[in-house]
Amino acid sequence: MPPMSTDADAAVAKLEKVRVETYRTAPDEFADTVESVVDGPAVGVELADLDVSLSDTPVAVDPTPAALKAATTGVTAASLCVADYGTLVLPDDDRGSELVSLFVDHHVAILRESDVVPDMETAFERFDADLHGSAAAGESRTSRILATGPSATADMGELVIGAHGPETVTALVLEE
Amino acid sequence: MAKREEYERLIRTEGASVRENTQGFNQGRYESVAKLDDYEGLKAEARAIKEDAIERLPELIEGLRESVESNGGTLYLADDAADANEYIREVVADREADRVVKSKSMTTEEIEVNEVLEADGVDVVETDLGEWVIQLADESPSHIVGPAIHKSREEIADLLNERFDPDPPLSTAEELTGFAREHLGELIESAEVGMTGANFVAADSGTMALVTSEGNARKTVAATDTHIAVAGVEKVVPSVEDLSAFVELIGRSGTGQDITSYVSLLTPPVDSPVVDFADDERPLSEHDADRDFHLVLIDNGRMAMRDDEQLRETLYCIRCGACSNSCANFQSVGGHAFGGETYSGGIGTGWEAGVEGLDSAAEFNDFCTGCTRCAPACPVKIDIPWINTVVRDRINRGADPEAFDSLVDGLTPDAEGDDAPDHEGETDGRPPLDKRFFGNFETVAKLGSATAPVSNWLADLGPSRWLMERTIGIDRRRDLPEFRRETFHEWAASRSSNRGDADADAVADAEDRNRTNGRRVVVYPDLYTNHVQVERGKAAVRVLEALGCDVVVPDVRSSGRAPFSQGMVRTATDHAEDVLADLDPYAASGYDVVVVEPSDLAMIDREYEKLVEDGDRDALEAVRERSYEVMEYVCGLLEQAGADPDPLVGADDRTSGSTGGRDTSDAPGVVYHSHCQQRTLGLERHTVDVLERLGYDVTTTDVECCGMAGSFGYKADYYDVSMDVGAQLREQLDAAGNADRVPVASGTSCLEQIDALLSRTPTHPVELLDPESSV
Repeated sequence: MPPMSTDADAAVAKLEKVRVETYRTAPDEFADTVESVVDGPAVGVELADLDVSLSDTPVAVDPTPAALKAATTGVTAASLCVADYGTLVLPDDDRGSELVSLFVDHHVAILRESDVVPDMETAFERFDADLHGSAAAGESRTSRILATGPSATADMGELVIGAHGPETVTALVLEE
Repeated sequence: MAKREEYERLIRTEGASVRENTQGFNQGRYESVAKLDDYEGLKAEARAIKEDAIERLPELIEGLRESVESNGGTLYLADDAADANEYIREVVADREADRVVKSKSMTTEEIEVNEVLEADGVDVVETDLGEWVIQLADESPSHIVGPAIHKSREEIADLLNERFDPDPPLSTAEELTGFAREHLGELIESAEVGMTGANFVAADSGTMALVTSEGNARKTVAATDTHIAVAGVEKVVPSVEDLSAFVELIGRSGTGQDITSYVSLLTPPVDSPVVDFADDERPLSEHDADRDFHLVLIDNGRMAMRDDEQLRETLYCIRCGACSNSCANFQSVGGHAFGGETYSGGIGTGWEAGVEGLDSAAEFNDFCTGCTRCAPACPVKIDIPWINTVVRDRINRGADPEAFDSLVDGLTPDAEGDDAPDHEGETDGRPPLDKRFFGNFETVAKLGSATAPVSNWLADLGPSRWLMERTIGIDRRRDLPEFRRETFHEWAASRSSNRGDADADAVADAEDRNRTNGRRVVVYPDLYTNHVQVERGKAAVRVLEALGCDVVVPDVRSSGRAPFSQGMVRTATDHAEDVLADLDPYAASGYDVVVVEPSDLAMIDREYEKLVEDGDRDALEAVRERSYEVMEYVCGLLEQAGADPDPLVGADDRTSGSTGGRDTSDAPGVVYHSHCQQRTLGLERHTVDVLERLGYDVTTTDVECCGMAGSFGYKADYYDVSMDVGAQLREQLDAAGNADRVPVASGTSCLEQIDALLSRTPTHPVELLDPESSV
């Protein structure tokens, strides 16, 4: 296994700390790793910008809304990870990534090792650059979610993990 | 006395839950911000962004309008609540919506949009679990971040079981959450309109940030085809990049989380496909994102706040709740007492004054005692105590902004005529009688000392106490301060230059060594040290002399803390000018100024800046630069100037066995309660350092305030709150490991409160060190 960068190491440690079960996986192990972390009926959004595909996995890509509602696991790409916080940056796009990452009990986020940034400031510089880049290219606006751990609430008298959003989150860090 | 009964009821019914939650948030804040490399730098950055944004607000709003429109949304700038509600009604009616699902938004509480939509027959559903609970209970939020923190798990279970009759009944927090998730999930998925707030909105892109943890805001937006975001105009910042500092600060400051589970950075209308969750034919990618977006920006008094030099700072508020969580009084009573129409806690005063008006702010403004513990907690460095003082001043003045507040006629029998307001009464442009009494405490103290001990006997008589409670609202259960016939200043002036009887050779030698330090010191005769706690003043003089200082106690006016606390800003300013005029010549000739009472040092150190005119700035700087809390000064003498501590009474001098040895094993330990304002000034550690240097074993308390807070604990309306806050301190002082220690405190109020709370008698730290110590 090639040595991981410091940022990625820090990210993995922090992800675990915020209750995100995290695995590193090489591209040739990817399908097996996905299979081992999904439970119940699984749906997903194809990983457009990554060198791996969900097509060889048990994940049903591009589900109907009814299939999404019946699913337990949702698999989507994360565009960035902020090492300091264990924060996964999830796209809100026209392919349904937001729906698939949100309306399930278990979310699996796929992340490229090189998409780990050290801190929040760097992440926001990246967002800002994306924004101006897409504006210059005449592309549509960008929406994204900074997701740190599973959903949670303290409104029912005690801390409960798993509120409206997913109760469990897994991250797969793709080695390159 | 209706207020008193209401507060007592809230402490009894909601206090325990509020306390547990706010103290948990507060403790979490301390732990979370400690992990930041540069917390102060981050706060300064956040502050600068807000200052700039509010300065350029009209321009930013226009930029935002362009961004939102080019994104395909609509921006509506509403003048007031009615205007906003009318617009929202139309949007909902045009969509022919049966249901609006909402994520948490205090601004929608402010405009009361739920009632308006419900009157149109629309089903309005709060999806934040806390908001949903209070919607079911038909109550109002008790905290701007945790709306239902006043409810225990058991109360929530009872509420849901009664309302929905689930089988089996719900009990655990997991069961309650699971039920809510299912129930609300169905309602969200079939709703047409999703309404959110917005924590921040970036003008250059139209990107808004939503800071949440449950995921309901995400669902509210993703599952509906019409998104209405409601936000105050002050939420606009220049660009997305500006959000970074706030994202790092808001969770830590509010609930003590490094970051909340979700920070949505949406540039609406969002691209998520609009779906019917029953559709089992078409995959997600074949659904269009046919979604309308309306950003409703609300003025509702905010642009006027922007033009108001004093209230403007309120607009920097990011609604994190840190000022509520760090407030000892809020921890006891919560936002149902310490809150107005919509907003609660320390900054609530600014919001209510600006949005609703002074009447709403007046309902709860007196809960702010000016303890300043919220000031360092605020992520945008708002001087929240000052806003409370300003608003109190305006309330005092009522309709007549030119009214004069320092007249002492309120203290004479003349004022008890027909037109004299009682302590709950309306004012005729003057502060109410109780505020004038406490605010002019200098006059009371002078009279008290001049006629002591008769004044003390008279004041303590039953009928006097009854009259005092009735007219100026002093709770008769409180011990009154006992005025001393000989003031601290008089003692110092009449005393020979002979500095006590330093008979031991070693001590004399050490004093001779210390004498070479040649520091000249003014011990400031603050109001309480001068008239009531005279012994601690004498102790301060003797300690400083023993460390080689040349000490004088000039006749200087009281700091103005008393009128400042009552919102009598002009009277306080009058004091400030006199004090600076008196002290500046000393500072100019090289004297340091040592202050015993922390709240008076805080006047010089942090409040005078707000009070004095430009002409007094140089004097203020000169005096402030040379002013020290007494133990801070002793610490400096010992640590930096190398003074010999031998003449001071250390732990080894208090051992029962050996004399003069260094064995302190059976010396009494000390439990130290630092003063709230002293802690805000960062001066707690100096006292601990000095005591430890002198061999004392020291533990400290960590409650934010003792609950007495100057005049607050004396007031009959607030006596129960004061004692409830004090009970927290008592618990710590009497905890295992502390129960046998000598209680030590720096503030007059703290000493009085501890005296009332414990059977042990507390002492000021400088009295422990006093070469002529009697404690």
